[in-house]
Amino acid sequence: MTLIELKKGETGKVIEIAGGSNLHNKLDTMGIRKGVLVKKVNDIRLSGPVIIMIGNTNVAIGRGMARKIIVERIERNG
Amino acid sequence: MDDYLKKIILTGNPNSGKSAIFSRLTSVDVISSNYPGTTIELMKGNLKVRNDKYIIIDTPGIYSFSSSSKAEEIANKTMDEGDIIINILDSTNLERNLNLTLQVIKKRKPMILVLNIWDETKHKGIVIDYKKLEEILNIPVIPTCAITGQGIKELVERVKEARISNFDYKENEKWEKIGEIINQVQKIYPKHHLFSEIINELTFNHFTGLPVAFFILLFSFIIIRFTGEGLINYVLDPIFNKFYMPFLIKINNSDIPLLIKHILIGKNIEPMESFGVLSTGLYIPFVVVLPYIISFYIVLSFLEDSGYLPRLSVLLDNFLHKLGIHGYSSIPILLGIGCKVPGFLSIRILESEREKIITALLILISAPCMPQTAMIITLGMHYGLKVVLMIFFLLLLISIITAYFLNKLLKGESQELFIEIPPYRIPDINILAKKLWMRLRNFIFEAIPLIIFGIFLINIMDITGLLNYLSKTFGKFFTVITGLPEEMASVMLLGFLRKDVSISMLAPFNLTAKQFIIASIFLVMYLPCVASFFTLNRELGIKSTTKLFSLIFILSLIVAMLLNFLIKL
Repeated sequence: MTLIELKKGETGKVIEIAGGSNLHNKLDTMGIRKGVLVKKVNDIRLSGPVIIMIGNTNVAIGRGMARKIIVERIERNG
Repeated sequence: MDDYLKKIILTGNPNSGKSAIFSRLTSVDVISSNYPGTTIELMKGNLKVRNDKYIIIDTPGIYSFSSSSKAEEIANKTMDEGDIIINILDSTNLERNLNLTLQVIKKRKPMILVLNIWDETKHKGIVIDYKKLEEILNIPVIPTCAITGQGIKELVERVKEARISNFDYKENEKWEKIGEIINQVQKIYPKHHLFSEIINELTFNHFTGLPVAFFILLFSFIIIRFTGEGLINYVLDPIFNKFYMPFLIKINNSDIPLLIKHILIGKNIEPMESFGVLSTGLYIPFVVVLPYIISFYIVLSFLEDSGYLPRLSVLLDNFLHKLGIHGYSSIPILLGIGCKVPGFLSIRILESEREKIITALLILISAPCMPQTAMIITLGMHYGLKVVLMIFFLLLLISIITAYFLNKLLKGESQELFIEIPPYRIPDINILAKKLWMRLRNFIFEAIPLIIFGIFLINIMDITGLLNYLSKTFGKFFTVITGLPEEMASVMLLGFLRKDVSISMLAPFNLTAKQFIIASIFLVMYLPCVASFFTLNRELGIKSTTKLFSLIFILSLIVAMLLNFLIKL
């Protein structure tokens, strides 16, 4: 599943970033990379951004980009 | 070389408090806020530690050296020229901040680590063993809180201890190494703050977020309006009339030559209509505009420091994408409501050329700058609130429609939002006051002389007959298109100098409500003021700037013409 499908409050593990090195580098600056845990904090529906928490930081990610972040659900409402 | 000053470079992630540290170290005032991307230019200051003198350079915040934004380029290059690097970290985000630290270490320059925002670690249940971090990286590590000044003294004392770290790692092991460091130095005991979580949820969820945003903005405008009006009606206008008016009357009754009297206090003493350098020339900036500048920047500074603006930009992202820009553009646009110049400066936080152009367009015409707003409200309220609101509504509408089509015209795709959302913070009253004063100082020393000069110029043009000549030459054409009086053609010219002055010149014309609406909208749009022209030129280059202003000029004529036909009052 992608970050979009992860539900609010759920935590997921990033298993793949479906994009080129540009995207990898961009996400890496905030520590978003294969293997890290991210928690979905909010989702501005329709075509708005997705907000995730990584470490102690909240990061807003545009929907198109969020679609390229593949995660695996770790726990419900964690 | 005795006179060679060592350069200290401040570097760190966006919103880690570099500017606040810089202010503390140098006592040079700089604007700091609670959102990433406040610092857009290099700032220089001096630091003296006993007999050693240093130059300190504050750089825009960056997350890494890898990406290609202009801010990163500048920060990277500046670092190479430095002798000592002070790397400032947000203690509440140690892991991510260490990412940059490890990259800075590879520069092999003497460095110091500053763990800023230290006070917040306690609230968040984060415990950092900074002594241990010092041991691992083999460079001085100093916890600070720039807002209270905690740790700054120690930082100053230990500048000379800066040394080259012997920490080494392979590029592909970077995050593993960071993980190892974190395991050794940091422990987290999660704490929940119900209150701030509720506020965060309320302002940031897709159901309540937009309605709350609407109320926050509405409330902001109401505060700005009432504080502004209150200051005018109960403080500044009475002071002007009671203490300053007698002086003007004295001049009026004296026997200085008529010509000079004309320039000083105009034909009558009436502060809004006489156009004397000492009457209108002082009344406009100090009594009409200054109160609005004060009230606007109180509200803006509060929103900036609370951390609400990045959240607002996320909420607006959806809508702004339809105009080809992402949510973060809302920050330059908001700054532009105060003054176009800081608005244009901050378009640097945007990545692509097309985003910058569309944002610049919205900065220019979605709302007037605060001095113009003050004039429009003050003059427009004679016609009623409806007229004033209509002016603002029409401008916003015109700007959105134009941006929509400009987006279709410009090549390329719109960028995606990718920003850090800082936590909510209670703004520090001292920092708010300092920031307000810096912005007021800019207005008082840069804008007010220009306003007075503008009024002086009007007098000269009037006396030499130039004003009359211009009205005669362009007036006919102008009247046919806009339905405004011929004499107003001359008003337009001065708008280039100061737009508040050009709107103030509407006062003696006794315009109808319809004419006032058209004239205000036209004067807001048609040309930029001189200061904003040169700022935008520097940010976008002469080609894009000229294109944009030509487009807006033509648009303003069309809009004036359309309004002239459409509005029936």
